Amino acid sequence: MVVLANAPLRLSILSSPEHLPVVRAALERVCELLGFGEDARGEIVLAVDEALTNVIRHAYHGRHDRPIEVILSRVEPPAGGALQIVLRDWGDPVDPGRIKSRDLAEVRPGGLGVHIMTNCMDSVEYAHAADGGTRLTLTKTLPARSDA
Amino acid sequence: MSGDAGPIRNVRWVGPDNKAVVVEAAGDIDLHRSTTFQQGLLDVARGGPERIVLDLAGVGYMDSSGVASLVKLLARVRRDGVDLKLAGLTPRVRSVFEITRLDTVFDIHGSTEEALQA
Repeated sequence: MVVLANAPLRLSILSSPEHLPVVRAALERVCELLGFGEDARGEIVLAVDEALTNVIRHAYHGRHDRPIEVILSRVEPPAGGALQIVLRDWGDPVDPGRIKSRDLAEVRPGGLGVHIMTNCMDSVEYAHAADGGTRLTLTKTLPARSDA
Repeated sequence: MSGDAGPIRNVRWVGPDNKAVVVEAAGDIDLHRSTTFQQGLLDVARGGPERIVLDLAGVGYMDSSGVASLVKLLARVRRDGVDLKLAGLTPRVRSVFEITRLDTVFDIHGSTEEALQA
């Protein structure tokens, strides 16, 4: 079996924090099957969880009944062989110019999600979707053992 | 989620004058549970301890909202002159502190016993 080789895995959830553990568990297992080690699995799960938290808080302003799609796929060469995770929401679009890490020397709550995402993943790309909302694409290069 | 025991599982006052308190947390601390976590921690701080040891050995996962709860607690205890120590961080929880560079801000110990003796 080659994990995610033939079709992406789609998770359709509502913007409820209660769904976050379910996504984390599914993602953890997919990453394990793809051969990611413990540290990388932790980074990927954390980054996606932070991204979903931002969608709930900022795109949907805390509403718990809005749709989110999580699409896991495998990007093959020449793109480099990577796990690609797309988060699709239909909430208020984010301004890419305002998405940046803050100064970590300032010890205060909040504003750490973007820093975590950019540090844990190889790429983080926001795009406005044509039919509204945002499409966030996160990628992580597959581990050297690529027979998964 | 129904049946959730909450992130703070036990609070026990220790020491000769009961001036230190050990708070045991458990489960995942994420957007779903961080508000309850934060309220529980601030309730403990309002009890007037001289030292708080937060035992995180039972916490398998923490996101930035959980970390934010601890940063708020830190601001509170610094204002009140209370000593806050974190203990028993699992590797994944410790990595969140490292990624956010808060491992240099919090006083982190391997175990509750070590934190109480420090």
